[in-house]
Amino acid sequence: MPDQTPFPTYMKDVLLRLKKQLPCRDNEVSMLLSLFGEPQHYSYPSILIYGHRATGKTFVTQTVLQELKLPHAFVSMVECFTPRLLFQQILSQLSSLYPSLDEEFHCETLNDFIRIFRQLSTSNVLDQQTVYIVIDQAEVLRDMDANLLPGFLRLQELVGGNITVIFLTEIVWEKFRPNTGCLEPILFYFPDYTKAELQQILCKDRHPEFSDDLYATYINILLGVFYAVCRDLCELRHLAALNFSKFCEPLLKGEVRESDTHKLWRSIEPHLRKAMQTVYLREVSSLQWEMMQDTKEETGYLKGLSAYTHVDLPYYSKFLLIAAYLASFNPARTDKRFFLKHHGKMKKVTFLKKHEKTSNHLLGPKPFPLDRLLAIFYSIVDSRVASTANIFSQISSLVTLQLLTLVGHSDQLDSPKYKCTVSMDFICAIARTVNFDIVRYLYDFL
Amino acid sequence: MSKRKSKDDSLSIGECISLVQKILRERICCQKSNGKPFGVEMQQKHLLELLKRTVVHGESNSVLIIGPRGFGKTMLLNSVLTELLGMKHIKGNVLIVQLNGLLQTDDRIALKEITRQLNLENVIGERVFGSFAENLAFLLEALKKGDRNSSRSVLFILDEFDLFAHHKNQTLLYNLFDISQSAQTPIAVVGLTCRLDVLELLEKRVKSRFSHRQIHLLTSCDFKQYVIMFQQQLLLPEDFPDKSFAEEWNQNIRFLSRDASVEEILKKHFFLSKDFRSLHLLLMRVLCRVTVSNKTIKPADLIEASHLCTMDSKANILHGLSVLELCLIIAMKHLNDVYDGEPFNFQMVYNEFQKFVQRKAHSVYNYEKPVVIKAFEHLHQLELVKPMDGPSVRIQKEYQLVKLLLDNSQIMEALQRYPQCPTDVKQWAASAFA
Ligand SMILES: Nc1ncnc2c1ncn2[C@@H]1O[C@H](COP(=O)(O)OP(=O)(O)OP(=O)(O)O)[C@@H](O)[C@H]1O
Ligand SMILES: Nc1ncnc2c1ncn2[C@@H]1O[C@H](COP(=O)(O)OP(=O)(O)OP(=O)(O)O)[C@@H](O)[C@H]1O
Ligand SMILES: [Mg+2]
Ligand SMILES: [Mg+2]
Repeated sequence: MPDQTPFPTYMKDVLLRLKKQLPCRDNEVSMLLSLFGEPQHYSYPSILIYGHRATGKTFVTQTVLQELKLPHAFVSMVECFTPRLLFQQILSQLSSLYPSLDEEFHCETLNDFIRIFRQLSTSNVLDQQTVYIVIDQAEVLRDMDANLLPGFLRLQELVGGNITVIFLTEIVWEKFRPNTGCLEPILFYFPDYTKAELQQILCKDRHPEFSDDLYATYINILLGVFYAVCRDLCELRHLAALNFSKFCEPLLKGEVRESDTHKLWRSIEPHLRKAMQTVYLREVSSLQWEMMQDTKEETGYLKGLSAYTHVDLPYYSKFLLIAAYLASFNPARTDKRFFLKHHGKMKKVTFLKKHEKTSNHLLGPKPFPLDRLLAIFYSIVDSRVASTANIFSQISSLVTLQLLTLVGHSDQLDSPKYKCTVSMDFICAIARTVNFDIVRYLYDFL
Repeated sequence: MSKRKSKDDSLSIGECISLVQKILRERICCQKSNGKPFGVEMQQKHLLELLKRTVVHGESNSVLIIGPRGFGKTMLLNSVLTELLGMKHIKGNVLIVQLNGLLQTDDRIALKEITRQLNLENVIGERVFGSFAENLAFLLEALKKGDRNSSRSVLFILDEFDLFAHHKNQTLLYNLFDISQSAQTPIAVVGLTCRLDVLELLEKRVKSRFSHRQIHLLTSCDFKQYVIMFQQQLLLPEDFPDKSFAEEWNQNIRFLSRDASVEEILKKHFFLSKDFRSLHLLLMRVLCRVTVSNKTIKPADLIEASHLCTMDSKANILHGLSVLELCLIIAMKHLNDVYDGEPFNFQMVYNEFQKFVQRKAHSVYNYEKPVVIKAFEHLHQLELVKPMDGPSVRIQKEYQLVKLLLDNSQIMEALQRYPQCPTDVKQWAASAFA
């Protein structure tokens, strides 16, 4: 926008306050204000604001409505998961605007909602000001009753008052439009923050004990590591808060001076990379992560990605799982080659057609019958095996642990089929604990 | 408000702009505005005749108004109703029941609403009825009794008519049409719908009771009329208090619609859709730009507004992806090219991405697999990729088949616009083979 003064010309101090509270959103704020217009004027019946996570959709809308003291109701679809809750939330928030109204609503359907709403707006003491209804996480509306989304889109027409409904979502409008069409909302895009803007916003919550410059350096390093992977302001903010104490450690010990950014970078960068593999993925909780930082030395059981090496299984279960993995990812016809001692001429057969190779690991596990699993199992276990009944109970506990899944209907008693659902890394880790070189037995890796 | 009454008819510029906003916003934003309908005189006359026959002569009737969204069905009806109610001997002779398929989602609710709108809740009391028809008949009968004037007619307006056809057994429609055929109480049933195939939704017994009168609002205007529509929506009315301002404003609007660049933009919108509502979407954005410091509409305002209107929202979302997520999109694009749009799973995408990473000597893009999975899941949440089968199928998420909901041109354009897109990623996207 070339002209930054929005319509209407609000009090200067309100605008300044907004600007201060909402850095890097000047364009969006002034666009929003000009869409709203003066309080008594009509605004467009529905506005859909979309944009990536944490681009300030909720924050900006709420702040603007509150600062300008516009009559509004704000509901989040995550909380209002039934139509009834939704209606009741909106009405009870609005009824605080119209004190004349009693608190008791019986509002089960959209019909009731509109009727009560009409009563509200005829007893409107607000001088015909536009009433705003903000629906956050609006994508949830699509999965509720089919009349809700079109109904809210044309709430203004249905109620017959000065009402604007604002939808907030991260999904594009095309995914909302019902088959038979509806009243199209005004679309309004909240762009993602640029790297510089993220830097600016993140720097706002600097630690009071440290200088601006130092914190800026820290944020810069943080963005250097995470920006290519994650642009979510909330997530970055969380990571920044979690790792700052680690960043300050060498400073407090006096090992590094504040101005020596390169050394600071060297000390924190590997740490942040590790954070990417752990806290960022929620492999460990923030609390655990903080504890890890305190104890400092690498306690074995909190290694993030490799945490699953510590799933402990009985000895035979491990082999069963390995056998299941082999059965899932090797074609059945290659079993002979791998598991018969004297497969003789089989070797010459050209299994290895080029395009087939690696395709098993791309397409995922294939189901296999029980007897094939047992056959492979017996051929890879060296020692004598305990009774079959015991083996069966171990298989069913693997299913309970969801390391194996039963394919097809469970009532197919005669020939149950299974699938192995663990990843390559996982099975390699398991195989290592029993000294079994699984890669040699996998057709894809010949 | 009181300032307008001052003898001196020149207002300050701030007041003028505020008034312009008020007038135009009511026209553009308020779905119940009562401006003059444009280019539907025929249909208006037809509908008015029909309704007059019911109200004046007591002839029952039924009619469907059919037209695409935003073509003015509601507006047509409202203007006819206003005209009808404005007639001297009619007022008080007619009751109007307004139903909407979005609100009365089943016939029980509809019946309750009809009772309420006819003000018969007390008459019904705790009475219990055997059937829907009985109940409805009772209501209409009660209307006669309560009033000396027994010739009161009822207009049933059914907006989003097609939705009523989904009600169980189409009971409401059947009964209304049935009454409209037998001459008990004079009623008119007016249905509004955007579905051209609406008659096929009706059951045979319902269809046979319908009068088969239809009013179509399909009149596709030509571009000249479209420009006139555009002008009319923006012109200030005669009674605007500040004459000289209105003069200047209207002059500018006329001038504007002759401007070449404006014409080009209007043409573009005209070919996209010809209805009022999408024109309003454009005008609303233009209106937002009218301020005290920008007090006339300039062609540049229209260009900017049109740009905002026609923005591709998926491209916008692509713009905000992280580099890693963008890489995954490119990998999927290559898979689409190789396998002719067959669905694929995460493992294949990952494999494709790894091929790219390994070709590069440096490890900038070398992320652990779970980090990549998280990025992929984000694309999933944004609904840029769509799973082929429902979540009920128990399958590891890495192997779930998905489809990319973007086409190549969208991806390439997004890459062009992507801020600081690494060159190797760009080259990878452009390369014909993966
Ligand atoms: N410009 C900003 N200045 C300061 N803080 C901001 C800014 N934008 C967003 N934030 C902060 O980021 C957090 C997330 O923003 P917000 O909840 O508005 O995002 P959103 O776009 O609604 O995301 P979602 O799609 O997840 O709902 C807020 O708590 C807010 O404090
Ligand atoms: N012929 C017309 N002249 C002037 N304005 C019109 C005309 N047709 C439509 N409009 C305007 O376009 C807008 C949409 O019209 P309306 O609500 O009547 O559409 P509709 O056909 O009822 O759409 P829907 O099927 O979505 O209900 C209204 O604001 C109305 O003022
Ligand atoms: Mg939000
Ligand atoms: Mg309508």
